[in-house]
Amino acid sequence: MSSALEAFAAEVGAEGPVTIAGLSTRGGGVPGVRCVSAPSGLRWHQADEMTVCCGASTPVDELRAHLAVSGQTVALPGGGTVGGALAVGRSSWRRLGDGPVRDVLLQAEYVSSAGEVVKAGGPTVKNVSGFDLCRLLVGSRGALGFLGEVILRTRPLPAESRWFTTEADEPFGVFSRLYRPTSVLWDGLRVWALIEGHAADVREQSAGLDECDGPPPFPAERVAVRPSMVGAVRGAVSGRFVAEVGIGTVHLDDARALAAELTVVRDPRATELARSVKAEFDPTGRLNPGVDV
Amino acid sequence: MSGAHEVLIGDLRAVVSADRVRAGETELGLYRRDASNLDGEPAVVVFPLSTEEVRQCVLAAVRHGVPFVARGSGTGLAGGAVPLDGAVVITLTKMDRVLSVDPVNRLAWVEPGVLNLDLTRQVAVHGLHFAPDPSSQQSCSIGGNVANNSGGPHCLADGVTAAHVIAAEVVLSDGSVVMLGDDAPLDDGLDLRGAFVGSEGMFGIATKVCVRLTQNPPAVRTMLMDFMSVDAGARTVSDIIAAGMVPAALEMMDKLCVQAVEGYIHAGLPLDAAAVLLVEVAGLPHGLESDVERIVTIGRGHGARTVRIAQDEAERALLWKGRKTAFGAIARIKPNYYLHDTVVPRRVLPQVLQQIYEIVDRHDLLVLNVFHAGDGNLHPLLVFDKREPGIMERVHAAGEEIVRASVAAGGVLSGEHGIGLEKRDFMPLMFGPADLAAQAAMRRAFDPFGLANPWKVLPSPAACGDVQHVPEGAWV
Repeated sequence: MSSALEAFAAEVGAEGPVTIAGLSTRGGGVPGVRCVSAPSGLRWHQADEMTVCCGASTPVDELRAHLAVSGQTVALPGGGTVGGALAVGRSSWRRLGDGPVRDVLLQAEYVSSAGEVVKAGGPTVKNVSGFDLCRLLVGSRGALGFLGEVILRTRPLPAESRWFTTEADEPFGVFSRLYRPTSVLWDGLRVWALIEGHAADVREQSAGLDECDGPPPFPAERVAVRPSMVGAVRGAVSGRFVAEVGIGTVHLDDARALAAELTVVRDPRATELARSVKAEFDPTGRLNPGVDV
Repeated sequence: MSGAHEVLIGDLRAVVSADRVRAGETELGLYRRDASNLDGEPAVVVFPLSTEEVRQCVLAAVRHGVPFVARGSGTGLAGGAVPLDGAVVITLTKMDRVLSVDPVNRLAWVEPGVLNLDLTRQVAVHGLHFAPDPSSQQSCSIGGNVANNSGGPHCLADGVTAAHVIAAEVVLSDGSVVMLGDDAPLDDGLDLRGAFVGSEGMFGIATKVCVRLTQNPPAVRTMLMDFMSVDAGARTVSDIIAAGMVPAALEMMDKLCVQAVEGYIHAGLPLDAAAVLLVEVAGLPHGLESDVERIVTIGRGHGARTVRIAQDEAERALLWKGRKTAFGAIARIKPNYYLHDTVVPRRVLPQVLQQIYEIVDRHDLLVLNVFHAGDGNLHPLLVFDKREPGIMERVHAAGEEIVRASVAAGGVLSGEHGIGLEKRDFMPLMFGPADLAAQAAMRRAFDPFGLANPWKVLPSPAACGDVQHVPEGAWV
């Protein structure tokens, strides 16, 4: 265990409410509660293993810049820290091609509510040894433990990466004919597609589409709809929206603006179960108090 | 048959029709074990047809304080479905319907008893497939894939089962039915779906699963390269990955394995090679041709003697047949085998393979290696004749040393078979007491009764919440 991790565990301690913050780009810690920050910095990168180890406070953009030198990247949304991206667990609009954030974390060393360093997962790209605690930590918003040091799966940077757009009054036509696009977005009037890979393949895939600078601006809030219902969003929302085709995340200015029948919410029994998990991991509720799971 | 046992069977027959509650000697004998070498002791075997019947079976077992074990096709290799302690075996094989397919968004809802390859066959008409492809894919079930977070050769590029399951309806041990995850992208809140995948039947029983389907690649190239040293083959693997390529599959066979396979399928494999690499690249044509060229250059740079690129689908099928029939081919050498499953960092593959050869020599055994080199997932196959006195002790001793050597080299206990009973007591090699306590806490949250497939995965005392008592003879 690194000394930084030990010091972090000592700082979290075993008693009293405590919260954690990185760069506070995703909301920061719980106000009015003693705040700690995780270790920062790259520990190692093994390009031929496609793995990287870093402190949870390492900025995502700094990590990406380092990996880019070896032609690799990590499928975390940009901005903020690695720990913040994992703890919040929200995937970016690249999810269609990159997969969700939760598939990125291979091993985590976190500080538990008892102030102990606990290891979840393993350092290799493939591992089914024991229960998958890593997946539970991603999106747990620091309610089960505070991420200290993580091993992440890296991926190769594509040779070519280009955005295309076209007018479209339904979302699925372009989506259906592309082979594994990285992102397909629809705002009710136009479709945008991010196509990556070998330059000649990108050129052929993009036939009939117009090249553009990038995606449309994303409204601030998001809701989840069933992917099959993305086409119905246009008639069910007042105001601007950008929908991730093939995924079902809808970005809009006000989440309440989407008709309730399209919005999907979690099974209440799952919420109860999540609270049982929280009670097992943090019986006194000292970690990020007030954050619901 | 004890009185309590008869009451249990009576209760089960009250909720599932009598012909689907079996307690005869023959049936119990069939369900004592899975595809591992481990044996258990079921009390009764039930075959529910619906979520409600599964729920009622679970409630009956829990009411009697008897463990329950969910089971699919029984192809698991780590003893995960071996029923201990007079458990109720809940067999999901009759829940085998594909409930819906959304070919546009590439999703399907299936029951747990659907066979892996059957799903792929059913969605082939849409140009789609289910990506996890374990060697047992003709007979293993989706429910079993979820329980074990199964892999397969093509998981190198596409990921193991967890990456392809987006929701599961699960019956918990308190009889409640919960939807974990959703086909809509509910990012907020704990990923209980992710926690459930790979929980080896110890969190509950999946009764419906929503899987992500994968587009069939427009083009595929399959090639075989052979090397005069294992080291050269392994370095080729590392350099391919380091060059930024992720082939669809990257498999290796060692000399003894190639000899066994060639004697079986006559594909023209080089009998004197120390290692043979099977590389498959898939995708759009230009990227694919560029990758083939770069891979061949890397292979030749490491002394690849011959490079054979499949010229048509028939030749591709033949090359894959060599890989996929390896387990059958070993019957030509010895009648029995013990298949191991560990993962090591790719860069230490040559050293760990060398250690495996030394371990096996020391125990006077034979080993064939056929494995997923691309992700460092070793599958040493110890072959033996179990009629030979004392042989099982040697097989197990060698197996344990292989597991220890893999973990010591920075690897992990299992890449795709799971822990089950087989590797339960090796868990402390990877995890300390606090790590194991956290995994036990996950289980308690899902199954506070400790009756869902107890005594697997977690060594005691981490499993102290589970019902006590492991029967004599449960261990090999």
